Amino acid sequence: MKRLLFLVPLAAFLVLAAYLGFGLTRDPQKVPSALIDRPAPAFDLPAVPGLALAGLSQESLKGQVSIVNVFASWCQPCRIEHPIFMRLARESDVPILGLNYKDKAEDARKWLGDLGNPYRAIGYDFEGRVAIDWGVYGVPETFVVDRSGTIRFKHVGPVTPAVLDDMLKLIAQLKRAA
Amino acid sequence: MMRVFALALLCALLPAAAGAVLPSERLADPALEARARVISQDLRCQVCQNQSIDDSNASLAADLRRLVRERLTAGDSNEAVLAYVTQRYGDYVLLRPPLRNDTILLWYGPFGLLAAGLVGAAIYIRRRRPRPASEIAALSAEEEQRLAKLLAPEERK
Repeated sequence: MKRLLFLVPLAAFLVLAAYLGFGLTRDPQKVPSALIDRPAPAFDLPAVPGLALAGLSQESLKGQVSIVNVFASWCQPCRIEHPIFMRLARESDVPILGLNYKDKAEDARKWLGDLGNPYRAIGYDFEGRVAIDWGVYGVPETFVVDRSGTIRFKHVGPVTPAVLDDMLKLIAQLKRAA
Repeated sequence: MMRVFALALLCALLPAAAGAVLPSERLADPALEARARVISQDLRCQVCQNQSIDDSNASLAADLRRLVRERLTAGDSNEAVLAYVTQRYGDYVLLRPPLRNDTILLWYGPFGLLAAGLVGAAIYIRRRRPRPASEIAALSAEEEQRLAKLLAPEERK
């Protein structure tokens, strides 16, 4: 028994190493979202001025499973993920809703004109206040909202094909649920 | 010499006094502004993560500073403002984590480790101390004899 006492520091080291090793596999930039499984915040955003597309509000989220994407014309990673949303808009019927974050209306219009518009509706958040209610801290951010208007998923950073797969699986599952 | 020291002290304190708060952000009411500064120093800037929003020049930090001041002007208590921000960004936004059942280890774990270390050290030191003479058994007659023999002056040859 007494001889085993020598193993205590080794055991403590192994436990610590396991914890820290697990910590290394996680991205310290990722902040856990406080909004998962909570209703989307109350908001009512106008359309992008000069763009013939509806604005976005809490009410318009209800009744459908949708993707809400926070984007801006000045945001480089948004350009990276944009083709994925274009393809999704062509190939599926999942509504993609946009939240245009701190953008000049003309820049946003030009961006959508040049790269194409995958969004069914875009809320124009020039002040960035609604984005704060959504807990946005880095553009792009992408949410999945269910029929009742509850946030089910959040991704920070550009959506990659792997993330899109996860999202589509979740969306299919949410659609099956009544 | 004194003047140089005073100047150095002023330079050292100046950034702390200013933070990243722009003059245009400040509230007219000094009491409210002071509360806003206290709250801001407890809120993490989500973009830079190791700065408070009071220190950070990120635009989101500026938005949050404005938000804090708006809530205060609207009559919120300090706790209500922190709760408002936490609702949106989660506990991670607090630079001082709340004391709850799942954070007890975080707050008191180091003290626990210190206590464990002290107990270990105490046991170790206690073991090393020589036992008092009363606990040591007296020598047997045979041992006394051997001792006397050993201590007796050596016979000259």
